[in-house]
Amino acid sequence: MGKPRVIPGFGLSMGITIFWLSSIIIIPLAALFIKAAGLGLEEWWNILSSPRVLAAARLTFGASAAAALVSMVLGLLVAWVLVRYEFPGRRVLDAMVDLPFALPTAVAGITLTTIYAPTGWLGRYLAEIGIQGAYSPFGVFIALTFIGFPFVVRTVQPVMEDLGTELEEAAAVLGASRWTTFRRIIFPALTPALITGFTLAFARAIGEYGSVIFISGNLPMKTEILPLLIVSQLEQFRYEAAAVIAAGMLIVSFILLFLINLLQRRLAR
Amino acid sequence: MTSRPVTTESAPVRWLLIGLAVTILSLFLLLPLAAVFIEGFRRGATVFFHALTEPAARSAIQLTLLAAAIAVPLNTIFGIAAAWLISKFRFKGRAFLISMIDLPFAVSPVIAGLVFVLLFGAKGWFGPWLMEHDIRIIFALPGIVLATVFVTFPFVARELIPLMESQGTDQEEAAVTLGAGGWQLFRRVTLPNIKWGLLYGVLLCNARAMGEFGAVSVVSGHIRGKTNTLPLHIEVLYNEYQFSAAFAAATLLALLALVTLGLKTLIEHLLGHTSNTRH
Repeated sequence: MGKPRVIPGFGLSMGITIFWLSSIIIIPLAALFIKAAGLGLEEWWNILSSPRVLAAARLTFGASAAAALVSMVLGLLVAWVLVRYEFPGRRVLDAMVDLPFALPTAVAGITLTTIYAPTGWLGRYLAEIGIQGAYSPFGVFIALTFIGFPFVVRTVQPVMEDLGTELEEAAAVLGASRWTTFRRIIFPALTPALITGFTLAFARAIGEYGSVIFISGNLPMKTEILPLLIVSQLEQFRYEAAAVIAAGMLIVSFILLFLINLLQRRLAR
Repeated sequence: MTSRPVTTESAPVRWLLIGLAVTILSLFLLLPLAAVFIEGFRRGATVFFHALTEPAARSAIQLTLLAAAIAVPLNTIFGIAAAWLISKFRFKGRAFLISMIDLPFAVSPVIAGLVFVLLFGAKGWFGPWLMEHDIRIIFALPGIVLATVFVTFPFVARELIPLMESQGTDQEEAAVTLGAGGWQLFRRVTLPNIKWGLLYGVLLCNARAMGEFGAVSVVSGHIRGKTNTLPLHIEVLYNEYQFSAAFAAATLLALLALVTLGLKTLIEHLLGHTSNTRH
């Protein structure tokens, strides 16, 4: 639907956008893939199938998925309470939900480590019941959940606010219990937003670096994440290996994000 | 007959859910925030202020401010141009362009740093040429700025696009009909309409720029007193077991986060679409 071009600035804004997008994002990312493609398939296979990379990939994608799932549950609960109930301190807590967005990841990293270390504020209680907080895969999961759950709250919250109560009233009049109403009426209406929140939390978690490297302890084969592996390859000046791991990571996460998107579209129909 | 409306839960369930949510938020958000300040002041105010005024800390603070002062305006100009393009015009490839702008959100900060090392590093594409002409990008300010620009790329555009879409083009069209020029149109008609959204985007962009760790860590080279930004300085102190100094420096970034959240809440209030509209 072509709009009459009364508004000026098409050429200028297009020029700035394309120039900036190409020079900062597209060309550098293309350089990464070209660098990685410079190695043959066999080299790719050798690098990506090494036990250390596989272990890091399992931890990165596994902990990210687990953290995003738990974020969905926590995020739903928090959004529900913030939207539906009135209680003292609600506004402050609502504003605080964005803290993980605003708090630099390095600060989050050292703070969470201090709290969840085996001698830390909460870590010592976890240790008593036999759970190691920091320096374990569980620590990675904690950091990724911290980073991820605001995404779910902030995508679900506006949908919940717009939901209205007419359908719920109708359900109650027809004799449905509150729990049935939630399960059959409210939850389905929130599902697309929940999946969007999951996707955002998941995508962020896969690439997350700063908040994880302090709490994980970075033991090869055990608590090492993919982004850290890329850094350690770079520190040894193995640019090709770093590029291959990065390219592999991007390809896998794009495929995953694409599949989630597909699932969401199917659910929306 | 119960007295409560049919669209809410019984009081015990309600208070249980509120209790759970408040506990989660307190343990997950308030406790870490408190921990930064308590750990920062653990060894007293003298240690705290010394940690913030020693030369390495001062240089890290300066570099952080400088990098943000370059990166944020660049991405603000881009964000305004991109939002103008996407919200005022319909063209082929528009949807593709929107997803390209969001791309950095799906790229690890470490990869954002890596791409510039591959381009400008000693063994990178332009490395030899840069070396010949004695231009330093990696392990220097330009690299730090580039990495910061990459990770903060979408912030301003993301805020402005939905806002400008919802405002449509009627006012601009009317102004053009009345003879307004391009710049006049933007400054007198569009800017007043988007100023709070723009400020909001700049604020988020700035918070991320000053706090960025992964991308900057890859390109900085960690040269103390030279290429360490504040987050990198915190890492160095922490790894040297100078915990109090690390947390003292971290309080600055935590304060930045709190100010950002405060201003954000204020702007949302001014914009009128608070997340607290109740039914």
